[in-house]
Amino acid sequence: MNDKKLLEVKDLKVSFFTPAGEVKAVGGITYDLNNGEIMGIVGESGSGKSVEAYSILGLLQSPGKVIGGSVTFEGEDVLAFDKRKMESFRGNKVSMIFQNPMTSLNPVYTVGNQLIEALRTHNRTISRAQAGQRAVEMLKLVGINNPEKRMKQYPHEFSGGMRQRVMIAMGLICSPRLLIADEPTTALDVTIQAQILELMKDIQSKTHMAIIFITHNLGVVAEICDKVSVMYAGKIVEQGSVNDIFYSPGHPYTLGLLRSMPRVDAQEYERLIPIEGTPVDMLNPPEGCPFAPRCQQCMKLCLQKMPPYVELGGGHRAACWLRVQEQVNGVDTAGRADSGEADSHA
Amino acid sequence: MRENYLIEVQNLKKYFPVKGMRGPGVQAVENVSFGISQGETLGLVGESGCGKTTLGRTILRLYEPTQGRILYRNEPIFDSGDLPVVDEAGRESRSRPAAVNMLPYRRKMQIIFQDPSASLDPRMTVGEIIGEAIDIHRLAAGKRERTEMIRELLYQVGLNTEHANRYPHEFSGGQQQRVGIARALAVKPEFIVCDEPISALDVSIQSQIVNMLEDMQKELGLTYLFIAHDLSVVRHISNRIGVMYLGCLVELAESYELNRNPIHPYTKTLLSAVPVPDPQVSRSRKRIVLEGDIPSPMNPPSGCRFHTRCPYATERCKQEVPPFREHAPGHFAACHLLD
Repeated sequence: MNDKKLLEVKDLKVSFFTPAGEVKAVGGITYDLNNGEIMGIVGESGSGKSVEAYSILGLLQSPGKVIGGSVTFEGEDVLAFDKRKMESFRGNKVSMIFQNPMTSLNPVYTVGNQLIEALRTHNRTISRAQAGQRAVEMLKLVGINNPEKRMKQYPHEFSGGMRQRVMIAMGLICSPRLLIADEPTTALDVTIQAQILELMKDIQSKTHMAIIFITHNLGVVAEICDKVSVMYAGKIVEQGSVNDIFYSPGHPYTLGLLRSMPRVDAQEYERLIPIEGTPVDMLNPPEGCPFAPRCQQCMKLCLQKMPPYVELGGGHRAACWLRVQEQVNGVDTAGRADSGEADSHA
Repeated sequence: MRENYLIEVQNLKKYFPVKGMRGPGVQAVENVSFGISQGETLGLVGESGCGKTTLGRTILRLYEPTQGRILYRNEPIFDSGDLPVVDEAGRESRSRPAAVNMLPYRRKMQIIFQDPSASLDPRMTVGEIIGEAIDIHRLAAGKRERTEMIRELLYQVGLNTEHANRYPHEFSGGQQQRVGIARALAVKPEFIVCDEPISALDVSIQSQIVNMLEDMQKELGLTYLFIAHDLSVVRHISNRIGVMYLGCLVELAESYELNRNPIHPYTKTLLSAVPVPDPQVSRSRKRIVLEGDIPSPMNPPSGCRFHTRCPYATERCKQEVPPFREHAPGHFAACHLLD
């Protein structure tokens, strides 16, 4: 059962229709997720990583719109769900936790109230007392001491890390098959982040649910994920297992990200190698590969056409013309105009 | 022997009074002493609320210190009085209260803020923002020289000269931070407090700014106090690192020494909590996970402020404040367990 595909996203396209023009926030992404897997989605702000997650849950707000592709969850077409079906899908099958726990908890209700409400909204048959019991269990599971007393407290009486624990408890209370965590530790301090990551790993091993972990922190990805999708300007530029991504990156952007970070285990000073240039203006994305203007190894072809995915073995794929060339003939040939030269607009 | 520091703080305290509450209020910085030599970068790390930003601002007297002394090139720029002083002849006396006019020092000491979009006036052009600093300190002889200086600064931080006529909102986050840096450099300072200058930036932009700060330092001989919560970046850029917990400096050492050989239990925890971008390393190492949260600085624990979360705390830690002592050459820490 563990090998079964849980979620399949095919060529998903999401656009925002703004007065300034169409912004293709997600430009056709494809991936699948098995039961019990933890997948990381890495990308900078504006790369479309959150929008993609919102559209799976039908939480996109106007002017955002899914304009193509499909999302299949346990064999069902999610994008075709009506409002009621979607509501039972959310919470029971998939739930989400957000970056800032303070803005996603209601300040005027007690934590217990909100947990009970979350459960009873999705499961009408359960009584209030039963729901309360389950809420206490969940708070215990996420490591909150004195859960009976904490149930009667308001969000402001919790610290940042404790609030995020409450959010996780709320996300898990209906026992979903998939948890989408959108930068759940970004607003937290490193020691608290370590606590939350340990907690999520622990819960995952107990419940065997799948997790999509959205983050910009590669350290967190290395820590918790089984596989990784790297997004740039609304496209997945590379995906593969954590080892593929960290030890044999196939896309220059992934390599650039890895090289631009100081290593915690470095023993002496090494100068950082930054990615030059600035992120893409999504209103006027470049033709061809979105990363081409910042790429050190940019070729003429890169500026003209979006590269296809190249299979690098074991589910590791990257969208880069360099890899296409390598696969065609092993050595580089025509089309390489000014290789090795920085072609940034800076 | 006294070291020759560019800037030195001694027993610095900063309390923020709380309305309707008796006692000292929020004890944001508690008895911190250290010095920074010319051309050095001192990193300051700690979790949010540990007082690292307050310390940075108090040194610049953007916040008035509650107690202690701040020296710039051995001249006091603040002194609450009553601290022991030893003069050149070895005589001991008590210091006199002092609070000097900061304007001449503002030229020497600058700050780069965390959030560039919030620290630049949205209704001023970039040229006006940078020019204002030049005007206040009367650094330009005439209009032409002023324009020339602004152009030179923009070029230095990697912006185009025509950017001077644009407004901050027309720039990306990384470019805004470059403007913030140009503004700080406009007065030709010697000492810059970098208060989380890269935390608000995208990963791919962070390294650009870090490299630029390093180049500026080499070129202009700047001295930095680099405040951040990202330990890997701080270790990369700093010569020495100070670790703060709940207002106190708990450990101070040369940066790679601190990484190899942390001696304070809190530093050990902090180092083990930083996620490593290397799956094999991060999955094989042992992590110390602390229980609980940081106590409130309004009502800090007695004795060692870390004792409530320290796995090795003893009865003594609850009673006595541990002294900040040198345990190896240049390696300072405040912990009873090391005695």
